Amino acid sequence: MGPKRVNRSFGGTLALFIFIALVGSFMALPLIYIINNAFKPLHELFIFPPRIFVQNPTMDNFSDLFILMSSSWVPFSRYILNTVILTFFGTLGHVIIASAAAYPLAKHDIPGKNLLFSIVVLSLMFSYNVTAIPNYMIISWMGINNTYLAVIFPAWASSLGLYLMKQFMEQIPDSLIESARLDGASEYKIFWSIIMPNVKPAWLTLTILMFQQLWGTTGSNFLRSEQLKPLNYALNQIVQGGVARAGAGSAVGLILMSVPIIFFVVAQSNIIETMSTSGMKE
Amino acid sequence: MQKSVVMEKAKKNKALNLNNKHEPSTNFKNQFNLMRKNRDSYILMIPYFILFFAFTILPVIASIALSFTNFNILELPDFIGWDNYTRLFLEDDIFITSIKNTLLFAVITGPLSYIMCFVFAWIINEFPSKIRAVLTLIFYAPSISGNVYFIWRIIFSGDRYGLANGFLINLGLVIDPIQWLKDAKYILPILIIVQLWLSLGTGFLAFIAGLQTVDRSLYEAGAVDGITNRWQELWYITLPSMKPQLMFGAVVQLTQAFAVADISINLAGFPSVNYAGETVVTHLIDFGTIRFEMGYASAIATILFLLMIGVNKGVQRLLRKVGE
Repeated sequence: MGPKRVNRSFGGTLALFIFIALVGSFMALPLIYIINNAFKPLHELFIFPPRIFVQNPTMDNFSDLFILMSSSWVPFSRYILNTVILTFFGTLGHVIIASAAAYPLAKHDIPGKNLLFSIVVLSLMFSYNVTAIPNYMIISWMGINNTYLAVIFPAWASSLGLYLMKQFMEQIPDSLIESARLDGASEYKIFWSIIMPNVKPAWLTLTILMFQQLWGTTGSNFLRSEQLKPLNYALNQIVQGGVARAGAGSAVGLILMSVPIIFFVVAQSNIIETMSTSGMKE
Repeated sequence: MQKSVVMEKAKKNKALNLNNKHEPSTNFKNQFNLMRKNRDSYILMIPYFILFFAFTILPVIASIALSFTNFNILELPDFIGWDNYTRLFLEDDIFITSIKNTLLFAVITGPLSYIMCFVFAWIINEFPSKIRAVLTLIFYAPSISGNVYFIWRIIFSGDRYGLANGFLINLGLVIDPIQWLKDAKYILPILIIVQLWLSLGTGFLAFIAGLQTVDRSLYEAGAVDGITNRWQELWYITLPSMKPQLMFGAVVQLTQAFAVADISINLAGFPSVNYAGETVVTHLIDFGTIRFEMGYASAIATILFLLMIGVNKGVQRLLRKVGE
């Protein structure tokens, strides 16, 4: 850990800890409930009074889920592959092109950059619902409807990434860039080997955000062929089965939520590590 | 490094030019020269901005244009002036309900979720890094747990097996199970609770990251200058240093608060009982994807656009004044 904090009373820290533990329990409760439900036998799911914690854990819900999966029309591995493709290329592409655009906006004195950036900031102020209808028509015109690109391209154009990268890049000292220029590095090289390593916390954060968004996509409007549907869609179909599938539904919930959470845990430790070691001091 | 002096000098010149605080270039030719000199910068920006134009700027313009037409996707749109708007405000009672619900919802969850994001991020930042990592995960997890609305449907299920009913019946507070999600007077409060639970997302992460990058030496200098506790430190050092993140967080939380739809559709049904959970976005989805009245749906989208931009701009102006 970094230098010792000044101005901290023990009593205050304790009070804050008790408070945050209480609120934290409330936040965690629904997720704990999902985890427990996934391991409950059917009769425990419908019990009065309802319990949060499982009494006799079983893997029945998961075996039910696998039976349902293996009876699907399209091989289940196909849904998984689709989600992996969408998530991987959507995230990677966005991080690269948004960072590339953010570097000149943050560090170069070029005409038009303030206008461009203020449009991007403006676009943060409304949600995708506003543009949903024309987006559908534009994707159809481009001829990429019912292909992976219909999900990937709009993800690349997300304005959040550009904004976050630009804000973080502005904190890089100009002298770092100047000295690279004097060594004869091109702007592309400066971007890739000076800027990007120095904004690692920022692009890790961006990766988490994009991954989470794309992992959750059902591709509802754009991916109509069964062969192109992502995992989230297929699993949701299973949950739609209602009461008879309450157990398998909980297993689905557990699977869907664990992946982004595990991904975040892995990346979070990385962020904290880079944050504490890569202090950008002049 | 063995480079000719001339080369070195040329590079140096280029470097200087790239960063010159340009002499007020009043005429077009100067502007153009500056752009040509910085060709590399624009090449870096092109891929992103082409897509940004196609999927954000163009759709907004198209949406505004379509809102003045009658359009069903199959036939060409025909211009009908302000008809869609007069119909929205004068004839569509459900739209008025949806506006009321959305405003009520946003006025409560917008500011509340914003304050929650900051307060929790700040408290979490007070602890050593191990505890901090665990706490960050606990608070952030709901927002990335994806499609877990079903657990809230079980918690607020209308029979005795639902957690909320089971708990209340067990305590003897109610005798018959309450139809939480079928009763207009409970729907909005439940949606607000679930929305708050889900809302510690991007803004929260930005605050966590922001708090960790506040310059430590400021705190040491503050202690020398007579700051004696964490509250003063928060007010005089942390908040002013975090102003950029605070503005960003406000935009994220407010936009989210106005865009609420998925929660309503998943918990209260679509359409919800007596339209108690109808929001501007669910109304937009109704006309855009079910009734295929694209002109009318575009008018709803345009209203939503103006509402979000207007509120966000107003709040930004307000926040800019804080600490001045």
